[in-house]
Amino acid sequence: MAMILALAAQGLQMAFVLALSPLLIGFTRKVKARLLRRQGPPLLQPYRDLVRLMRKEVILAENASWLFRAAPYLIFATTWVATALTPTFATGLAFSWAADLIVITALLGSARLFLALAGMDVGTSFGGIGSSREIMFASFAEPAMLMIVFIVSLIAGSTELSVVANHMLSSSELPVSFAFALVALGIVAIAENGRVPVDNPATHLELTMVHEAMVLEYSGRHLAVVELAAAMKLLLYVSLTICIFFPWGLAPYEAGVGAMAASALGYVGKVAVAGFLLALFEVSTAKMRVFRVPNFLGAGLMLGLLGLLLLFVSRSL
Amino acid sequence: MQLLVLLTSTLGLFATGAYAVVARARTDIGARVYRISAALCFVSFLTAVSALTAEPQLASAPLGLPWIGMHFRLDSLSAFFVAIIDLGGVAASVYAIGYGAHEKEPARVLPFFCAFLAAMNAVLLADDAFVFLVAWELMSLTSWALVLAHHEAEENRSASFIYLVMASFGTLALLMAFGLLAGSVGGYEFSTIRTATHAPWIAGVALALMILGAGSKAGLAPLHVWLPLAHPAAPSHVSALMSGVMTKVAIYGFIRVVFDLLGPPAYWWSIPLLVLGAASAVLGVLYLTVESDLKKLLAYSTIENIGIVFVALGLALAFKSQGVPLVAALAFTAALYHALNHSLFKSLLFFVAGAVQGATGERNIERLGGLIHKMPRTAFVALGGVIAISALPPLNGFVSEWLVFQSILLSPSLPQWSLKLIIAAVGGALALSAALCAGGFVRAYGVAFLGRPRSEPATAATEADDWSLGAMAGLLLACLLAGLLPSLVISVISPTVMSVIGAQMPTPGGMPFLSIAPIAESRSSYNGVVLFIFIVFSALLAARVVHRFGSHASKRGPAWDCGYPDPAPSTQYTASSFSQPIRRVFANAVFLARDFVDMPAPGDTRPARFTLNITDRVMENIYRPISGGVTFCSTQLDRFHSLPIQGYLMLVFVALIVLLSGIAIWQ
Repeated sequence: MAMILALAAQGLQMAFVLALSPLLIGFTRKVKARLLRRQGPPLLQPYRDLVRLMRKEVILAENASWLFRAAPYLIFATTWVATALTPTFATGLAFSWAADLIVITALLGSARLFLALAGMDVGTSFGGIGSSREIMFASFAEPAMLMIVFIVSLIAGSTELSVVANHMLSSSELPVSFAFALVALGIVAIAENGRVPVDNPATHLELTMVHEAMVLEYSGRHLAVVELAAAMKLLLYVSLTICIFFPWGLAPYEAGVGAMAASALGYVGKVAVAGFLLALFEVSTAKMRVFRVPNFLGAGLMLGLLGLLLLFVSRSL
Repeated sequence: MQLLVLLTSTLGLFATGAYAVVARARTDIGARVYRISAALCFVSFLTAVSALTAEPQLASAPLGLPWIGMHFRLDSLSAFFVAIIDLGGVAASVYAIGYGAHEKEPARVLPFFCAFLAAMNAVLLADDAFVFLVAWELMSLTSWALVLAHHEAEENRSASFIYLVMASFGTLALLMAFGLLAGSVGGYEFSTIRTATHAPWIAGVALALMILGAGSKAGLAPLHVWLPLAHPAAPSHVSALMSGVMTKVAIYGFIRVVFDLLGPPAYWWSIPLLVLGAASAVLGVLYLTVESDLKKLLAYSTIENIGIVFVALGLALAFKSQGVPLVAALAFTAALYHALNHSLFKSLLFFVAGAVQGATGERNIERLGGLIHKMPRTAFVALGGVIAISALPPLNGFVSEWLVFQSILLSPSLPQWSLKLIIAAVGGALALSAALCAGGFVRAYGVAFLGRPRSEPATAATEADDWSLGAMAGLLLACLLAGLLPSLVISVISPTVMSVIGAQMPTPGGMPFLSIAPIAESRSSYNGVVLFIFIVFSALLAARVVHRFGSHASKRGPAWDCGYPDPAPSTQYTASSFSQPIRRVFANAVFLARDFVDMPAPGDTRPARFTLNITDRVMENIYRPISGGVTFCSTQLDRFHSLPIQGYLMLVFVALIVLLSGIAIWQ
């Protein structure tokens, strides 16, 4: 019985992130539009887009291989699993011990591998340019992410996200390094999700884009699945930030249904704040040139390193 | 008992090599020899696995130097490495049953192939410095002969020359290391060295010599320069053995001496290992991302992986010296696990490179493309190998890197500031190399297998033969199992770790569903099976829902390509354009990359040209001066070759004066 309940809670988590992620995209777009004094598309537009794409016929390039058709599902599955393993409304879910923060990062790495391969499959120059840039960004984002993991594990004594969240809830100290880690995570998240100033999710201007260039040849249901995976990735980074840095109100799994529901409401509220901040940041900066992105990500890496050093120093005093 | 079986099968491999020489006229000699070597290696593999938990066994033979003889020993450490070597041997032999048919001159490959396998086994079983060095040198020489198998090509000849020089240098370093350890008494048996106490400076110098000797064989930067030249020059199944397996023999030699014979470690021993390991990891992977030759690219990736293994060994030394055996066991497990994993996926990928070369005659990825349509099975196993080597879950490469990261995350508990800071930086370097490695293999796989064919041979490629495919599929299965069931692999490695470190990772007995937790479940844990099932389940669910509620319709059409499709395959993104961002970011720091654009003036009909020059900084800054110095000295000495008779007499006289006055001063 306990087993079934545990599985049900895990399943609920999966359904929850799946249902919520397009809403986050819609909300961010809406806020961005309102900040620019535009009306903006309806909040539920991303859902409509997905349904519309789902109904459409797929046009495959003549040269597309089986990998091109399988990749959307693989990207989706790895991203979904990673998102479902990040605590949202409850900690200590059934499978939370199957993966820690490093595994979640690596799962996103798998998704990125398939995405980059899919970009090269048809054999056009745009797909290649997108894959190439994605790989360059990732190679800077990954060490920065490891520094964040390092800081978190040093403070919480664990890389297990549930344990990290519980530690943050119970501990009263708030090291300065956390601020560094938070900013670094923000930088990594912006780069990994292809948001302004690294990439612009709203354009299809070939030479400025990364993510859109890789999925250029996708259509119909394949595109729907890829877009949904991208939306979930954004939600994952938001959940990660909330879980590590702002876990207040997060209920442990044992706390019961009521507490979990309250925690879920609080979570949605925090996601809304994050979406608002993201939109605010995006309208107040301009997209940067591709070769300035390494500097941007390098700043994230440096912040991570500084945070780590600070932590060493403060610990030894 | 197991030791005798292993020695017999080693002798059997030598005998098979001799048979290949005798019967070289037979037409089916290749397939026959490879079958025998596959069988012998398989027997050795099973024996070694059964010997993992057994007590150390000794044997000696009266042959060899008169007052020393030959000593052999099989303990848990050598059994583990024998298992790796012979598993690789089985795979390479099975692969070669099919692949060997491409060989034009089998007599140049077969005898050395068997002797190479036998020599590697002999290194692992040696229990005195004499047997060890003789077998080591035999291993170098047989592999040198294999590098020279296709001697018509100029680059193979120069590669084999550099290999020979570096191998001799490495053996010299090992010889001096053993000489130091044996001391003035001359105890060359490992048992004597093990019990003797060594002065700290002797241990330090021996460590440095081992890093030179074993590190140069393994491909540790900056001793790696020969590796990307020599490994690709041999036939592909030999490349797989050299890269996937022989480097493990070097790691074994290092572990044997540094962990077993040198005595209790000092903390600073770990520093050169950590620094050189991280440097190898980053350098190897950077060169990988700009290389276009499929086999060279794989050789660079070997340098990267060896770097990771040495980092893990350095961590193990650091923790062991500080009396934290549990974490030392974790780091050592990670090192052995990664060595095993690397032997699996590197062999697999070299087999893939061989299959591609066999089908197209090309190794340059810029002239391949679209192979996924012509060689679907090879493309499938290659994708598996790419995921494994990119350290992505749920395959095996990830597990060992995860273990390395876990031990890195425990480094703040070390008291030394130098170690804390170095290990944090090393962690960042490993993360960088992991990300770049994935990128490099996306590039290699994407350009070679995906897209449209870029050349005539790539268009005409055909699928590899069944033996080759079988060997590749078997290795992929091994990669998958080692990734999904890490707790099983760790319990197999445990006795070896126990015997070397004196502690082991916590047994996974109490953990549910085969998960692993290096220190405690509340700290970090990983479960490959659950993750795999989770991913497969989600993918199937997604596909099912999409097909249930979405449209099924799909049709083929020309690629959209932003509305400007160009049918010419040359409009595809190339490998060098793919790596341009990386090249540009790291250009001056590492590559000394120079782009030359030759743009003709308007009206000129001459074509515009773009040339790219990448220089190996290590080669340029370390080896060129050395080889220049050697050349300078030898040209100076050359004058003494043709002196008139008075000149020679004068020389003798001067030498006599110098010696006598030297003695006079000395006294």
